[in-house]
Amino acid sequence: MEMYAVLQCTWWLLLGILLIGLAAMVGMDMGVGTILRYVGRSDAERRVALNIIGPHWDGNQVWFILGGGAVFAAFPLIYATAFSGFYVVMLLLLWSMILRPLGFEYRSKLPSAGWRNAWDWALFVSGLVPMVVFGAAIGNLFRGVPFHFSWNLTSTYTGSFLGLLNPFAILCGLLSASMSVFMGAATVMNGATGAIYERARTLARLGALLAIVLFAVGGFWVHGMDGYVRVAGPGAGVAQTPLQQQVTLAAGAWLGNFRAQPLLWLLPALGFAGMLLGLAAASARCSHLAWWLGAVAWLGVIGTAGVALFPFLLPSSSVPAQSLTVWNASSSQHTLLWMAGFAAVFVPLILWYTSWAFYVMRGKVSAEDVAADEHAY
Amino acid sequence: MHDLHVVDLSRLQFALTALYHYLFVPLTLGLSFLLAAMETVYVTTGKEIYKRIVQFWGKLFLINFALGVATGLTMEFEFGTNWSFYSSFVGDIFGAPLAIEGLMAFFMESTFVGLMVFGWHRLKPGQHLAVTYLVALGSNLSALWILIANSFMQMPHGAHFNPATMRMELSSFTDLVFSPDAQAKFVHTSIAGYVTAAVFVAGVSAWYLLKRRHVDLARRSFRMAVLFGVLATAGVITLGDALGFVGGQAQPTKLAAMEGMWKSEQAPMPFNLVAFPSQREQANHGAIQVPYVLSLLVTHSLTGTVPGFDVLERQAATRIRDGIPAVAALQALSARPGDADALAQFRAHETDLGYGFLVQRYAPDVTRATDAQVAAAARDAIPQVAPVFWSFRVMVVLGLAMLAYFVLAVIYTMRNRVERKRWFLKLAVWMIPVPFLANEAGWLVAELGRQPWTVYGVLPTWMSASTHGVGYMVFSLVGFVALYTTFIAVEMYLMVRAIRRGPDEEHGTVPLGDSRQAALPAGYAEG
Repeated sequence: MEMYAVLQCTWWLLLGILLIGLAAMVGMDMGVGTILRYVGRSDAERRVALNIIGPHWDGNQVWFILGGGAVFAAFPLIYATAFSGFYVVMLLLLWSMILRPLGFEYRSKLPSAGWRNAWDWALFVSGLVPMVVFGAAIGNLFRGVPFHFSWNLTSTYTGSFLGLLNPFAILCGLLSASMSVFMGAATVMNGATGAIYERARTLARLGALLAIVLFAVGGFWVHGMDGYVRVAGPGAGVAQTPLQQQVTLAAGAWLGNFRAQPLLWLLPALGFAGMLLGLAAASARCSHLAWWLGAVAWLGVIGTAGVALFPFLLPSSSVPAQSLTVWNASSSQHTLLWMAGFAAVFVPLILWYTSWAFYVMRGKVSAEDVAADEHAY
Repeated sequence: MHDLHVVDLSRLQFALTALYHYLFVPLTLGLSFLLAAMETVYVTTGKEIYKRIVQFWGKLFLINFALGVATGLTMEFEFGTNWSFYSSFVGDIFGAPLAIEGLMAFFMESTFVGLMVFGWHRLKPGQHLAVTYLVALGSNLSALWILIANSFMQMPHGAHFNPATMRMELSSFTDLVFSPDAQAKFVHTSIAGYVTAAVFVAGVSAWYLLKRRHVDLARRSFRMAVLFGVLATAGVITLGDALGFVGGQAQPTKLAAMEGMWKSEQAPMPFNLVAFPSQREQANHGAIQVPYVLSLLVTHSLTGTVPGFDVLERQAATRIRDGIPAVAALQALSARPGDADALAQFRAHETDLGYGFLVQRYAPDVTRATDAQVAAAARDAIPQVAPVFWSFRVMVVLGLAMLAYFVLAVIYTMRNRVERKRWFLKLAVWMIPVPFLANEAGWLVAELGRQPWTVYGVLPTWMSASTHGVGYMVFSLVGFVALYTTFIAVEMYLMVRAIRRGPDEEHGTVPLGDSRQAALPAGYAEG
């Protein structure tokens, strides 16, 4: 039983790590897609921006796939309930995301300006929409989502598509998009020179500034928001269903964990510090440092959200007692243990070869290189 | 309660998106290994022609790869969006191989594919070769884990139902991974990918030979492809037989559908070469039978028999009646967790829980199920026979045709006669769609033959879908059809264009309106 509770917490942490990986790695590529039309005025300039992430976007995207797979394997009820509940949003996310591989691979295969322009718009959509949805989804967790279960845990979602686009969710979506613009711009600065570099620098500073403001507003908002509190039911490490607990709502309850354990305030502090120092680093033209500070900001922001919600993962606004938590939505001990073993071996391996891939492809990309390389995007 | 239209629409959507995804995956699986083999020749011999060969086929590989990756995303979403009950009911088991696929395989494939494309100038030849092998290894490992997940649906191994959490849970990870169905299916399916790539490369090369273009490159590619192809096709057929043997024991209803066996027969059983199965009459029309062959095929002996649908339907009815108390006990346990009587009742009947769910489609309160409802549910346990029967025959005939084609191709190419046989080169071009059709037919046999279950004997399809309205399903279906139609048009156009342009020319990375860059000599990058 204790082992099970430890594994549940381990997977909650691992999920956080995967989400941070997703936000930093996929977020930077999506940021490049979002700002592509602005940082690159001519076709040659846009191709420079695309080829900076050209060798990496495919590997980075797997953070997203792995995030989805980990939720499926470690928290199947979350995967089932969230993906079916957020149906229209998920499809918009999916449809915009599947444009991306094609945008990279097909855009520069034909010389037509109309063709390339159309794919540039596709890359813009597939950069911006998923990041807004990603943030909005996290935002909706704070508000709760209207769903409930039948006796055999068939979930039914009773809300509408528009209900998911409430003001707080939109705020979180914009926060996530701003951070991805910052990361994307820092990435472009890493690999570009001249006018492209300068435009990216402008956007990096804008992205960081917006993110600071939005994160602060969001924190203030959560402060007064109704949070969910578990008052009874089986706790950590007990096999259970979401039909066995009692949950109440209380104003400001999302800050309960921070009040109980003040050290946790370091997480939002880390978020602000990452963004502020990232802004300074971008201004000082230290783009690599700025990128890493952006990653620290993601750690702070996602950590803040996770800790605020803990142990909730997906609260139900219509039947709060059936809210999904780390304790009632996780996989069995056996599955969590095997998965933890695989993660312990492969996550470090992934980090190692990803670093090697970035090392091999290090340096600046120039328009001349792109034009000369028949493999370039 | 599930809307059965939603279930049907979810099935249609899954079939369309999976079949579409599966147009691109086998070529990725096979071409990645063929590329690695070609590059091995380049690195060991140092001949530039092989580098050009690798780079040319690599270009086609990537056009195909992009759409494979894009449509693979859909598959990962679809379990959650459209099959949410399935996902929560067996996610404890099914999610694990999917997540491991990401960790172990897809990450590797995707990270190194970037280096494979962009790393030609930055990596030493040996390093680049290693990268190409890692891409091939990654894509094939990816197939392994996906098929382990699929095999759980075909032959649920290493799992049990936990009443405390109301779902299936993993009992043995090693049983899951080393399921006999998974082993046979992985080899059968991945080698089918090698066949696909071999037919593709041989067909495109034959087209160049017909046009007398890039003759050196085409001749070498053709020879490598057909040697690869003849071995692979022999392997696919052997493993297909093994899979039929394993699968036939695990899923007697699928086997009976593949063979159109409405009535059980005495050994040695005859094989229906051709027949027109009628679901309504539970009989075949116009059957042409070959004596003895079915016993040999499915039991590997002359004295073996397998049951027909008459026996299978009776068995299903018995199991449904036994499953009813299991469902009723679960309902009681949901209301009163830990209730000892209900738990005892559940334990006594749990092996037939899935069959109890089968009748719940007709009788929401299973304890009041009538004989007619049980009979209807038992009839449901028989899949739609005609599509399974014919898909199977299409797959087998195409497989044998490809074997004959490759045997001829090897003979001609080894005698250096292939360029004089223009009819054969034309045939080779026309063979290109054949493996794709065979792959799709194979998917249909596996998945239609498993109906009415998503997890055979454990979870019926009708329960597995999400509780959406029809409107959502129509919305998503229309979206997918529109997007996917556009995608395939774009992909085919780019693929045909890249083939027509051939390996020597710049392939469309011509920069816009920048004369300085356009003036750079073609092939500069390779120098």
